[in-house]
Amino acid sequence: MKKSIVLLFILPSLASFAQDAVTKGKELFGDLHARHIGPALMSGRITDLELHPTNDRVVYAATAGGGVWKSNNGGATFNAIFDEYCQSIGSIALDPTNPDNVAWVGTGETWTRNSVSVGDGLYKTIDGGTNWKKMGFEKSERIAGIQVNPKNGNEVYVAVLGALWSDSDERGVFKTTDGGATWNKILFVNNTTGCSDIFVDPNDPNLVYAAFWEVRRSAWNFNSGGVNSALYKSTDAGKTWNKIHKGFPGGKLGRLAIAAAPSNTNILYAVIESEQDKDKGLYRSDDGGANWKQLNNDFGIVVRPFYFSRITIDPRNPDVIVKAGLSGSISRDGGKTFKDLGPMHSDIHDIVFDIKNSDRMYSGTDGGVYRSWDGGTTFEMAENIPVSQFYHVSVDNEEPYNVYGGLQDNNSWYGPSSSPGGVEARDWKKVGVGDGYRVLPHPTKKLIYSEMQGAENVWRFDPEKDQAKAIQPLAAKGDPKLRFNWNAPMATSAIKPDRFYMGSQFVHRSEDMGETWVKISPDLTTNDKLKTEQGNSGGLSRDNSGAENYCTIFTIAESPLDENIVWAGTDDGNLQLTKDGGKTWVNTTPNIIGLPKNTACWHIEASTFGKGTAYAVFTGYQKGDMNAYTYKTTDFGATWKSIISNDIVGFVRNIQEDYENENLLFLGTEFGLYITIDGGKSWLKFTNNMPSVSVHFIDLHKKTNDLVLGTHGRGIIIIDDISPIRQLNEQTLNKDLHFFTSRPATIPESNGFGSTATETQFVGENASRAAKIVYYLKKRHTIGKMTVEIQDQAGNKIIDLDAKKSKGVNVLEWNYRTKPPKIAAAKTMSFGGFTSPRVPAGTYKVVIQKGKETYTNDLVIQYDPKSTIPLADRKQNEEVTKKLFNMTQELAYMVYEVDETLKAAEDLKAKNPGAAKTVTPLINDLTKLKETLVITKGDNYVGMGEPQLREDLAELYAKVAGTVFKASKAETDNLEGIDSRFVTAKADFKKIKEKHLAKFSEVRSKNKLEPIIIKSFDEFLQTP
Amino acid sequence: MKMKSILTVMAIVFALAAQAQSADEIIEKYFENTGGKAKWEAVQGLKYTAKVKIQTMELPMTMIQLKDGRQTSSVSVQGMEFRQEVFDGNTLWGTNQMTMKPEKSDAEATANYKVNLGGDFPSPFLDYKKKGFKVELLGKETVDGSETFKIKLTKKPIKVDGKETENVEFHYFDTENFVPLIVENELKSGPGKGTVMQNKLSDYQDVNGLLFPFSLTVGAKGQPGGQNLVFSAVELNPKVEASAFAFPEGK
Repeated sequence: MKKSIVLLFILPSLASFAQDAVTKGKELFGDLHARHIGPALMSGRITDLELHPTNDRVVYAATAGGGVWKSNNGGATFNAIFDEYCQSIGSIALDPTNPDNVAWVGTGETWTRNSVSVGDGLYKTIDGGTNWKKMGFEKSERIAGIQVNPKNGNEVYVAVLGALWSDSDERGVFKTTDGGATWNKILFVNNTTGCSDIFVDPNDPNLVYAAFWEVRRSAWNFNSGGVNSALYKSTDAGKTWNKIHKGFPGGKLGRLAIAAAPSNTNILYAVIESEQDKDKGLYRSDDGGANWKQLNNDFGIVVRPFYFSRITIDPRNPDVIVKAGLSGSISRDGGKTFKDLGPMHSDIHDIVFDIKNSDRMYSGTDGGVYRSWDGGTTFEMAENIPVSQFYHVSVDNEEPYNVYGGLQDNNSWYGPSSSPGGVEARDWKKVGVGDGYRVLPHPTKKLIYSEMQGAENVWRFDPEKDQAKAIQPLAAKGDPKLRFNWNAPMATSAIKPDRFYMGSQFVHRSEDMGETWVKISPDLTTNDKLKTEQGNSGGLSRDNSGAENYCTIFTIAESPLDENIVWAGTDDGNLQLTKDGGKTWVNTTPNIIGLPKNTACWHIEASTFGKGTAYAVFTGYQKGDMNAYTYKTTDFGATWKSIISNDIVGFVRNIQEDYENENLLFLGTEFGLYITIDGGKSWLKFTNNMPSVSVHFIDLHKKTNDLVLGTHGRGIIIIDDISPIRQLNEQTLNKDLHFFTSRPATIPESNGFGSTATETQFVGENASRAAKIVYYLKKRHTIGKMTVEIQDQAGNKIIDLDAKKSKGVNVLEWNYRTKPPKIAAAKTMSFGGFTSPRVPAGTYKVVIQKGKETYTNDLVIQYDPKSTIPLADRKQNEEVTKKLFNMTQELAYMVYEVDETLKAAEDLKAKNPGAAKTVTPLINDLTKLKETLVITKGDNYVGMGEPQLREDLAELYAKVAGTVFKASKAETDNLEGIDSRFVTAKADFKKIKEKHLAKFSEVRSKNKLEPIIIKSFDEFLQTP
Repeated sequence: MKMKSILTVMAIVFALAAQAQSADEIIEKYFENTGGKAKWEAVQGLKYTAKVKIQTMELPMTMIQLKDGRQTSSVSVQGMEFRQEVFDGNTLWGTNQMTMKPEKSDAEATANYKVNLGGDFPSPFLDYKKKGFKVELLGKETVDGSETFKIKLTKKPIKVDGKETENVEFHYFDTENFVPLIVENELKSGPGKGTVMQNKLSDYQDVNGLLFPFSLTVGAKGQPGGQNLVFSAVELNPKVEASAFAFPEGK
């Protein structure tokens, strides 16, 4: 065996540049925040599950692109606990000696499909996941397993699979004995072979098993297996290792998995990928790996080893074995026979048995976490894990606009950007099957283009008729085989709405929404024959899914300014341009200085600022090149300038330009979102509720200025209205407080009944429809008073708002409402009295008082210009509301007067029982009156008394003030009745006062009591 | 070996640099900047008068806290008083919003309250060691756009649905003024279980020589909205009867 090599990692090892980008981002973006709309109905790929060893309520789920999720309630609901770090997770482990607090996360998924993300090292928490610290392994790319010595939490083994797309030496088995401060590389094979599974025997932690896998992926080929794949065992805690292959098939081996029965750790199971189909499958050893015997090579056991090499043994029964797979398989006879697990989302990557009850199981699939209560026959889904993996995103012009996109193994969808009560599972509509990729709405018609992998199908879908028509370009007579990328490009035109583009090795253009196609280019790729042999992909297990189709076009963009200018980028590094609608093409890649050859052109953004202006994103990660490449041209690609700074961590996948400020750009990278306000000289990372997730595609909604991100692991994330960022410049940044210009705020008119989601379902956050007061603060307000007040044009205060005080951009919201009326005191609550009247449209003043300084700005509020409600109706509503509001307050004052008088009368009666003769009739009259004014008995629920004047009045008030409609005839008639009751009550009160008050005052004064002090109406209103 | 020794030296240098601003020093500075430890120690009781803002509604609120852990708060809604989180030395109770009658909190909530009785008064950091609390400086972090020291405060463990659970808060102290800007904790129970709640503190003002935040906004981390409390007065050592906290038996 190789001699141990001592490696030391210096912590923290993140580049200072990168930290600056995060800090500067936090300082600038203040409380602008991203919102997540999911969806979670199909969730996303789960890579690893981990249970707490003693607390059966705690479940951890690691995901392919959505970080780590923790459940504290037995898997009913989960919370994300790893947002700030790389979201692609290979493995998670709890420290058995301190499982409440210490957990390890190895980043970089090891289910190495073509679209797999990359990791950036190992992390540890010592407080149950609240804070995480990087523990090295920056270049490991993928971590397949972590094993903590159950008797010593400082001793940890890490299985590093390593780089998938290139050679690397940071792979193999590593060990720490000091809790991760230093690491020894204790088993290394070579630069192409990494550790894919590891197991430490809990009964004797000196026994360690490690599976090694020789594997390489390129954009055009996948090769699993080789002479270096092997299963090793150490009996001295990793000092020495031996292969344990007795009974294994000969020749090359592929991916192996290893598991021991927890109830008898001498019983081992291994699943083996080998050269001959007959030798593949499940092997068992009953003597700690000394001898192996093949048990089974059913489809469920041998299917796609690179994706499903995971075995789990029932902790209480060594003969119950579960194997991950397309459907997942379970054996109850020690591995001789298997049956499929019960129905759930396909592609099962990990299964765990509950610590106490083997009927209770958790399964991690391509479509989320599933729970079983009956030993794997029936599965139910955890519905609040929005880790959907979008490849693409687009938007339409509906209000609210819809978001479209395709998902890894989870179809194509569209859903609303906002929905009553929040964006929930039922809001999403399926518009394609298979793996979904690009989805584009027709620019003007209610039609949707969608596709499945490799453009096997491209559909034009009519959602109103529920009709899909297959429209993909097909090879015509004399055409070569069309090579479509797994994620085939499509594009529409901003100029010709019915125009539709698709890319194979050719650019195909249709002028009639995909009915007829014309090839408008020659083969634009390098057409390298050595890289178009996908039929042979897979290595030891043929895997011809089409995922490795290469020498294809990956991105197409027609200039929004000129329909004859079309850009096409290829996965083998060409960036082609036509300026004459496809007659002639020129490859502009040779004009890019510093770009390594054959780096994939991932995205082209044709600018709105000039016909010759475009942005091009290149990625080399599929060659092991993790650098960021993004360029800008202003001269049709004759010259290109890099717009990448040292601030960027990770490779780039997408770019979006702003439509108004040419210096404002948004960059989607493997590790999150970056924003520049200086044209790319420096970049800031956006981290406000924005995880470090791979951003595959970005769109900017033209009407709302919402930035819409299609993330590969956290679904759709939206930053509403980025226009304040557009206005940031040197001058604004130097002001203590700067108001951003906002468009008029529109009073919303919908007031429906909300969502239908149940308690454990994810509901996405809606866009706020409040009026927004957006300002920049040079410093966070901490010491002294800061207030924000809305005033009318005359300077009368309408309402106080809660000031936002962050450094950077602050977004303060106002719901267009003033204070609710002061309502009469009673025995119960009047729910109608909680309604505040809405303000009419108009220009209001925002006044911010910060210490001694005052800042003012206008705020324009409008009625919805699209509303069908006539102005006269609104005015009537406002008048009726006002009348009811005033009546409510008048009544409150009257009840106050009655109460004060009653109190004084009771007081007198108590002090001088002789006065009873005078005061009892007064008390009786007032009590009788009060009983008609407000509820005087009962509770706030079903024990509530009969409603009286206050309750009837408040209820009518709430009905009218709660809508924007004209008060109905029924309502105005009702008001008339209430009004007349109020008039009578007032008259009655007046009579009571006339009848009793003079005498009452006289008696009080005789009893040397102060006169009753009744506040004025205005004073009364001011009382809190 | 040579490489290793260089790294060891570097590690020591880093460790010293970190120690230069220890959690205790930050806490000391906080007390120094807000009136001095002696003054804080002399505080026996606090009465807050505030407005709770819910949308555009403003509800008057009063809150009294005593050094021995007794406390009461009362919110007035349409002339009715709702008592919340009242503790009389023995019973934790509040008003049921349906019946308007007092009800005792569940046994676990009461026991959890008693475990750290008086621990937050007037600041959890005052004599924290005596209280059995632990503090740890986790480093610097930017919150609300500002650079802060992140301090982890571990109080005595509580029980959550029957299981003993660590009781941790994170306090973000402004590196400029050394006052907390945000206090963070995770909801351990109920429908929001697992959600991180943030208390944002600002508008620090002087009250008889002590600096108090006059604005407090409570909300879920990363989510919009939240509930704002604006204090109009803070009274030191108010006169208060024992009956102000007592659970009204027989009602």
